[in-house]
Amino acid sequence: MNLVLIFISAAIVNNFVLAYFLGICPFVGVSKKLSSAISMGMAVTFVMTISAAVTWLIYHLILVPFNVVILEYVAFILVIASLVQLVEMFIRKVSKPLYDTLGIYLPLITTNCAILGLALFAVLREYDFIESLIYGVGAGAGFTLALVIMAGIREELELANIPKPFQGAGITMIVAASLALAFMGFAGLISI
Amino acid sequence: MAKKQVSLSQDFMKGIWAENAVLVSLLGLCPTLAVTNSAVNGIAMGLATTFVLLSSSIMISLLRNLIPYQVRIAGYIVIIATFVTVADRFLAAFYPDISSALGPYVPLIVVNCLILGRQEAFSSKNTVGRSFIDGAGMGAGFIMVLFVLGSIRELLGSGSILNVQLLGEWFDPWMFMILPPGAFLTLGLLIGLANWINEKREQA
Repeated sequence: MNLVLIFISAAIVNNFVLAYFLGICPFVGVSKKLSSAISMGMAVTFVMTISAAVTWLIYHLILVPFNVVILEYVAFILVIASLVQLVEMFIRKVSKPLYDTLGIYLPLITTNCAILGLALFAVLREYDFIESLIYGVGAGAGFTLALVIMAGIREELELANIPKPFQGAGITMIVAASLALAFMGFAGLISI
Repeated sequence: MAKKQVSLSQDFMKGIWAENAVLVSLLGLCPTLAVTNSAVNGIAMGLATTFVLLSSSIMISLLRNLIPYQVRIAGYIVIIATFVTVADRFLAAFYPDISSALGPYVPLIVVNCLILGRQEAFSSKNTVGRSFIDGAGMGAGFIMVLFVLGSIRELLGSGSILNVQLLGEWFDPWMFMILPPGAFLTLGLLIGLANWINEKREQA
């Protein structure tokens, strides 16, 4: 039951994009088309889940026993950067079509704050291994959800008559504001 | 000599407006939105980011001929992460209130695209002096936006700026402004305003 709560909390109530402002760069940059939004969401969810597991292992099996928690940030970011490279090489080797859909988004993910944020939050909340994993999946699902909703709205906005200064990033932020407002309706659904 | 002076001040000024990290390049949006629920937090985050940006700009422009091209990104990130750890420990030791208000957003300076972007685009190709000026300009522009954003949100959300109560009893605070949606809305309007001003200036 606790795992379900962690999943829902990460995906909807404390949505990474709309409540924690993590992963805003891809949220603005890759939300123009629905198809690329879905691919980006999948790539992020994939990397998030793996990195949640790997950073948990690094933190609890290396940093804590050797008493070098001060290296947390350096270790996490290095692990994430190399992980993204590995995943990219692996996908290129295994599945060409998958690489063509996700390929260009993978390098961008290294500097996606949502991935590092996830690792940091999992440590702060003292999740165990399984909980961290579920937290990763949930956060990825939440990111995908926000990105897909946004892309859907922006495809419709193409037809709207937006004042010139607000075209692009301006209107995206304002739409995000109303989305965040809607997602706040979930607050209090569960407290975790 | 005169020519060089001009180029140095241009290096600085472009960070303030023409290539402003947040309003024009849309870099570093996560901390911009997350910590600007009050002006103090905005300034603290701006200063911490500028410290990391300046230190890593100096370090990377010094090492720019030593870091192999293929592993440069990893190298930059390690250098940045080191300075972020320094900033984080410093805040936790001397300003525990601010440190706990900013929470995990201090370590997240590591992945602030603004910092990595400047290293890749500028420090890795320019001398220490110019990289320092460039970093100072970008940092100043970043602090400015964070301060403006934090002030607007704090004024409308709690009726104060820098914890000084400005609006009297009659004012009913808009909770909305200090919650996440307020951040998105205010930044969206600021970006629109910046575009509008630029457009007017081009026409003039």
